[in-house]
Amino acid sequence: MAVEMLSYIEKESPVHRLSGGTKLIIFIMWSSAAMLTYDTRILLFLFIISMTIFIVSKVHIRDIAFVLIFILIFLLLNNIAIYLFSPQEGVRIYGTNHVLFEIAGRYNMTLEQIFYQFNITLKYFVVIPAALLFIVTTHPSEFAASLHRIGINYKIAYSVSLALRYIPDIQRDFRTIAQAQQARGIDLSKNEKLAKRIKNAGAIILPLILSSLDRIEVISNAMELRGFGKNKKRTWYSIKPFKRADYITIAVGAVILTVSLIITFHDGSRFYNPFL
Amino acid sequence: MKQPIIQFENVTFKYRSQQEPTLKNIDLTIHQGEKILIAGPSGSGKSTLAHCLNGLVPFSYKGEMTGSLKIQGQETKELDIFSLSKMVGTVLQDPDGQFIGLSVGEDIAFSLENNVTPHDTMMKRVADVSRLVDMDEYLDASIHALSGGQKQRVSLAGVMVDDVDILLFDEPLANLDPATGRHAIDLIDQIQKETNTTVVIIEHRLEDVLYRNVDRIIVVNDGDIVNDSSPNVLLTSDVLQRNNIREPLYIKALKYAGCLLTPQHGLAHLNTLQTEAFKDKLLHWFEQSPPAKKRTLTHPVLQLEDVSFTYSGKENNIKKVSFSIDKGEMVSIVGKNGAGKSTLSKLICGFEKNNQGKIIYHEKDITGDTIYQRAERIGMVMQNPNQMISKHMIYDEVALGLVMKGTYSEEEIRERVENTLKICGLYPFRNWPISALSFGQKKRVTIASILVLKPEIIILDEPTAGQDFYHYTEMMEFLADLNAQGITIMMITHDMHLMLEYTQRAIVIADGKVTADDSPINILTNEAIVAEANLKETSLFDLAVLTGIEEPVEFVSRFIAFDREVRKAWP
Amino acid sequence: MKRNGLSIKTIVAIGIGSAVFVILGRFAAIPTGIPNTTIETAYAFLALMSVVFGPIAGGLIGLIGHALKDAVFYGSIWWSWVFVSVFIGFFIGLFTRKIDIESGIFASRQIIQFNVVQAGVQAIGWFLIAPALDILIYAEPANKVFVQGAFAGIANIITTGILGTILIASYTKTKSQSGSLTKE
Ligand SMILES: Nc1ncnc2c1ncn2[C@@H]1O[C@H](COP(=O)(O)OP(=O)(O)OP(=O)(O)O)[C@@H](O)[C@H]1O
Ligand SMILES: Nc1ncnc2c1ncn2[C@@H]1O[C@H](COP(=O)(O)OP(=O)(O)OP(=O)(O)O)[C@@H](O)[C@H]1O
Ligand SMILES: [Mg+2]
Ligand SMILES: [Mg+2]
Repeated sequence: MAVEMLSYIEKESPVHRLSGGTKLIIFIMWSSAAMLTYDTRILLFLFIISMTIFIVSKVHIRDIAFVLIFILIFLLLNNIAIYLFSPQEGVRIYGTNHVLFEIAGRYNMTLEQIFYQFNITLKYFVVIPAALLFIVTTHPSEFAASLHRIGINYKIAYSVSLALRYIPDIQRDFRTIAQAQQARGIDLSKNEKLAKRIKNAGAIILPLILSSLDRIEVISNAMELRGFGKNKKRTWYSIKPFKRADYITIAVGAVILTVSLIITFHDGSRFYNPFL
Repeated sequence: MKQPIIQFENVTFKYRSQQEPTLKNIDLTIHQGEKILIAGPSGSGKSTLAHCLNGLVPFSYKGEMTGSLKIQGQETKELDIFSLSKMVGTVLQDPDGQFIGLSVGEDIAFSLENNVTPHDTMMKRVADVSRLVDMDEYLDASIHALSGGQKQRVSLAGVMVDDVDILLFDEPLANLDPATGRHAIDLIDQIQKETNTTVVIIEHRLEDVLYRNVDRIIVVNDGDIVNDSSPNVLLTSDVLQRNNIREPLYIKALKYAGCLLTPQHGLAHLNTLQTEAFKDKLLHWFEQSPPAKKRTLTHPVLQLEDVSFTYSGKENNIKKVSFSIDKGEMVSIVGKNGAGKSTLSKLICGFEKNNQGKIIYHEKDITGDTIYQRAERIGMVMQNPNQMISKHMIYDEVALGLVMKGTYSEEEIRERVENTLKICGLYPFRNWPISALSFGQKKRVTIASILVLKPEIIILDEPTAGQDFYHYTEMMEFLADLNAQGITIMMITHDMHLMLEYTQRAIVIADGKVTADDSPINILTNEAIVAEANLKETSLFDLAVLTGIEEPVEFVSRFIAFDREVRKAWP
Repeated sequence: MKRNGLSIKTIVAIGIGSAVFVILGRFAAIPTGIPNTTIETAYAFLALMSVVFGPIAGGLIGLIGHALKDAVFYGSIWWSWVFVSVFIGFFIGLFTRKIDIESGIFASRQIIQFNVVQAGVQAIGWFLIAPALDILIYAEPANKVFVQGAFAGIANIITTGILGTILIASYTKTKSQSGSLTKE
């Protein structure tokens, strides 16, 4: 069975109606804000807005459940790893030490550590809905047009479109090649020794890669025959024109970004410290 | 007289990496509004000739070009690929390379986008053109979700949006089922009539192209033009036979019967053929040919019981398929594009796991076996050879399966590999890199790499697609030999004549179900099945009916037996 | 065809290359037995593309391929590691410009040159840049991210050393045969 991946989900909602360019700009501003700030208040505020937009978009949780489960597992493991490596990180950052209980050696549980790891997790929860929404509400055809709109060279924008176009094809090729090699006794699973496994992986990815390189030749000829790159500019069949809602959305997004940066950095620290 | 639109004068072209020129002193004039068919053996230079027209030669494939090639009076050497693309629209040989956009509408609009056409104009133009090829309801569909025939229409629309004067098709029929192939030819014909464009078609399947009128047939061999005449004239000669191109079957039958063919007999189509003149001779030939032999069967080697499978988890792609194959049988599997033939073969080999039903091999249930366990008994040659090849050198590729087993000595491996290479006609090339081979030879390497493992059952997915007639015969005779030695063979094919000629039984798949399982000739004479599964009766049958032969089925069998004997005598 | 900027072939190489990077990154990662550490065949491929198509293509394949992989399979983008991919793609391409693959020569001298470059560039990327960005962006504990970076770096340098070299050698061989073949 093919592995699931996120793709456009057709729905009728205000989020879907926005131009891809708008969504891209918002996505970038949103990620920057979430990346820069560690201020719990702002993160919570952004999180609530994220969730609201998510509900407005009418996307069902079950449509993206497979990704959410993966992300939750990742966050759990990541939290465990952070604690194992650095159980005193919170104490170091916030400068106070409220011990809840001791475990062993330097491994104790402090309020600061819990608050610190809560912040890290919250950060992911702020970014993830934005990224998910951007992917499932923007048609891939429109995506390249949006990149071009926000000022990226149209040729590079088009290469993104090609990548999206060929991921399913290459995934299919990969499976077929892997199967053909297994039929001749090549094993990729854990039964094999590591060195052998690398070698066997070579037997599968080599044909995939060489045939992809041939494909580059065929496709660039086809594109050339149909006039790609002949002009300095290019128009797009699947572009959505900017409407009023788009301008308003961008303006609101910009305000939120500015305010959150001001609040985050006005006291010279990215962290909001409730312990002082 | 019409205006010349393409003029080759003494054109010679040599690829940079080659020692000898691929095109030699080509002289050829094509007029405005003509429809030209180019035929010739594999590797003869047909695609190279086409690439001279669209500018890929010499602008993308580098090499030395001498002589003069004028398109609409302009010397091509002084133009560039972009100005040529305004005059010549090309549908390339490789259909996967043809589609660039994600959706139908986007792909059709591609060249308009590059011309900076304003959005409104573009939408309107795409709507118009898609209506012309009857795809206006699919504008938002993704290219992956289309059938082979629909893809053909989209690629046509993609070159037509530009108002080009010349349309160039490089093997448009490869991989299409017979009925879809017919539609494609109809469509090209209709568009040519409506827009008065000049059309150039390159194709191995001559009889299928001649289904609609063609003005001239150019035969290319080894870089030379060896024939340039109307179909009616060409078909009277032995040019096709000498150049390893398959003649239309009804013409071949007439020739075997010793009929004297002249251009006045309307040879290009069965419905213009003056059958009166040939009746007696044909009947006589039929009566004196020996009846074809029948085979007796043994015990089942492979059984499918109610096998179902789905790719998406929603609708089943394979629906409760059951059949049983006897040891030593040679069976063909036919059906329209996307019916599930390749999927079925993957289920048998374990590449995909059926979610219902059983697969039984020699009375043992193998449904739970892994790919590798099954591969020891069942070998599969896939549709696309590139997906099977993983080594650089031919020898290593064929030896791979044996080496992986780890139970053979180097000596044993060498002996078995060399023997197999000899059988497949690849021994002279054993030390070549695979990348230096033609498509057909590559396909034979993949066949050799399976044969060397000596499986009991071999499944071949479209073994003859894109091959010329000589290699077709060579390969099929070899498989028939293997079959005679007791190896069971299953073949997936769109070639109706192949099915008739080499297999005793055909299984028809339509929409994931088995809809018929009978002798090939019974299947092709059943109109309901033929229509449902996009098959096509052979012209031999029609010829027999037209000339009043009372047992058309027997006529077809006798022709096949006779023809195979003749071809066995080929060098 | 050097018309305003990148050639069409480079554009297509970036597109297809990114798609292959996504698929290799998702499906052709081999578990090493150490938890959370896999052998990423995708970086061997990235090295090949950088050597063949140059630094711009290499950097963009790293960017588009890695960002898309994160986005479509994991629903969010780990920008710190994406940046490392861009860095690796770009600098392997930049420092191997003297290796002329199209000429069909990839002998021990070029192999050594390639491996010195890939090991150096990846070492900087995985041992320094990735952890530094993780600290900067996500404020993760320093010792955690440096250990993670070290594991990833060593695994990727070895994989690229073996697999990348094989890939480039095989690709070179497909380029080299010209009129030298005879039937025996
Ligand atoms: N890119 C290339 N570089 C070097 N030689 C080439 C190239 N393409 C084709 N050739 C040579 O030119 C010959 C003719 O190739 P071409 O593709 O024109 O054949 P064709 O008649 O279209 O065959 P087919 O029916 O198999 O498509 C080949 O035998 C090959 O040796
Ligand atoms: N890997 C895949 N994932 C999802 N759907 C698939 C996959 N492969 C094939 N299909 C679908 O399954 C159906 C059967 O495909 P299959 O390749 O078996 O057809 P086929 O009979 O071999 O056709 P053709 O004659 O064109 O080769 C088609 O509708 C196709 O779109
Ligand atoms: Mg060709
Ligand atoms: Mg098939």
